[in-house]
Amino acid sequence: MFWNKDRETMSRKEIENLQVELLKEKIEYAYNNVPFYKKKFDDFGIDKSSIKTIEDIRKLPFTTKNDFRDNYPFGLFATDMKQIVRIHSSSGTTGKPTVVGYTKNDLETWTNLIARIAKAAGVTDEDIVHIAFGYGLFTGGFGLHYGLEKIGAAIVPASSGNTKRQIMLIKDYGATVLVCTPSYALHIAEVAKESGIDIEKDLKLRIGMFGAEPWSDQMRKKIEAELNIKAYDNYGLSEIMGPGFSGECEEQNGMHIAEDNFIAEIINPETDKPVKEGEYGELVITTLTKEALPVFRYRTRDITKISTKPCSCGRTLAKMSKPIGRTDDMLIIRGVNVFPSQIEEVLFNIEGISPHYQIVVDRKGALDVATVMVEANANLFFDEMKKQKQFLDNINYELKSALGIDVSVKLVEPHSIERSMGKAKRIIDNRKF
Amino acid sequence: MNIQDYKITQISVFIENKKGRFYNVTKTMKDAGVNIRAMSLADTMDFGILRFVVDKPKEAYDALMDSDFIIKKNEVLAIAVKDESGGLSELLNTISNLDLNIEYMYTFVNALENKAVMLFKFEEIDEAIEKLLTANEELLKEEFFRKI
Repeated sequence: MFWNKDRETMSRKEIENLQVELLKEKIEYAYNNVPFYKKKFDDFGIDKSSIKTIEDIRKLPFTTKNDFRDNYPFGLFATDMKQIVRIHSSSGTTGKPTVVGYTKNDLETWTNLIARIAKAAGVTDEDIVHIAFGYGLFTGGFGLHYGLEKIGAAIVPASSGNTKRQIMLIKDYGATVLVCTPSYALHIAEVAKESGIDIEKDLKLRIGMFGAEPWSDQMRKKIEAELNIKAYDNYGLSEIMGPGFSGECEEQNGMHIAEDNFIAEIINPETDKPVKEGEYGELVITTLTKEALPVFRYRTRDITKISTKPCSCGRTLAKMSKPIGRTDDMLIIRGVNVFPSQIEEVLFNIEGISPHYQIVVDRKGALDVATVMVEANANLFFDEMKKQKQFLDNINYELKSALGIDVSVKLVEPHSIERSMGKAKRIIDNRKF
Repeated sequence: MNIQDYKITQISVFIENKKGRFYNVTKTMKDAGVNIRAMSLADTMDFGILRFVVDKPKEAYDALMDSDFIIKKNEVLAIAVKDESGGLSELLNTISNLDLNIEYMYTFVNALENKAVMLFKFEEIDEAIEKLLTANEELLKEEFFRKI
């Protein structure tokens, strides 16, 4: 099913022509409205006449998360606050949050792009959609909400938390579509079974739209079997809009990119040069329609590949594969982005802590469990259990405030964390996606 | 009365809940020729705190330090309790009436004839010694642990 069939089935040539036109417009727009880009484009000697073919985008400089941070909060905005109607931001766990703004038109675009991926996944106006993404600064909840509402589905904005209650709502309100992270979907299946729910008989779910964290095809099969649904992946990041950048069609083998709104490139993260089509590399995104916050060549740090081969669904939009990793050491734990440096910051604020630590991530059942192993020493050891527990609880609390998720600290004996000659091995990720 | 005489050195060791960790501690003590007189283990899922009183605290401390164990030295009191029904209850009643705070306690068996010995970690050790002696409780001196 299509939402904007004309847009979703343009010829590759039409897509490219449209992208070149929009890119030129946006370069001029950003030059005139964002001092940061004016300077950057001047430094690189770029104006709209520099762009003749789509390949010319490579002349533009990259934008990174640091650029967002350096221009915190609104320095990259291209419009007055009067035109801005919504602000979202990252959890801000690595220092200052990444702030993004939307004009009325931006929200309209976003809504339509979500409607597009929902239609591609087979959602209709007859569906009852249970959204278990957190509603708030995170783009997942509100993003999916308005797009699904737009196609006429009935939305249950359950937000996150209290799994038993979520299951009760899914059952009693007869939800047919579930929106959440893939790991939470598995958790729902587990808890439902434990509470004696016969998923096939008691629940009416038929479609899942899952995103915000990496997951594998094996996990998809498991979710589909456990919840008796078809599970579709979608991708996006707040810096370029949020979810809706790409989503899967019924083929379930790649996410169609909204190329009429974005240009996607895959580059070798070390040489910054483009890779051949079908090869893995870092996804770099340029927005073509954003008004409040145009972004050029944003380094997503996600490793994926892109294919423009025709798809049986009829869409001509290129497809990206599930991201298989990151170019940095970011971890996604229960849908939340976590950098080891944040954990380090908390730990190193604790007096007497040893510099040897390691983050171990496991998947227990369907949920991610992160444990921070810290080598104990006399400063961290109290002869009294009460004080020892209190000390550990305090660190746990600090970590939770910094990261936004529960992480537990475990004291281990000296020298039990492997020493490496080069870069310390900080992360042990035992999860199988 | 010298209250220092009643302060008994206790050594606490941090141990991870892993196979063989407890053994390693006892092995280190054995190699140092130290005899463990009284011992307790407080444990959680992840780690344990092993506390003990030995005949040669200094040797024990140095040996554990040398083997890179994480240890703490503390002072506890040893109080004799009547080895009969109500013996401990009576003692705890006294402690409560004296308004002393116990951080933890554990038993030390086979110490005296007809009496058991309990080891107590009090918040304020000096105050505890004075009050308990005034209340005529039987405190054992440190030298007691050196002999036997």
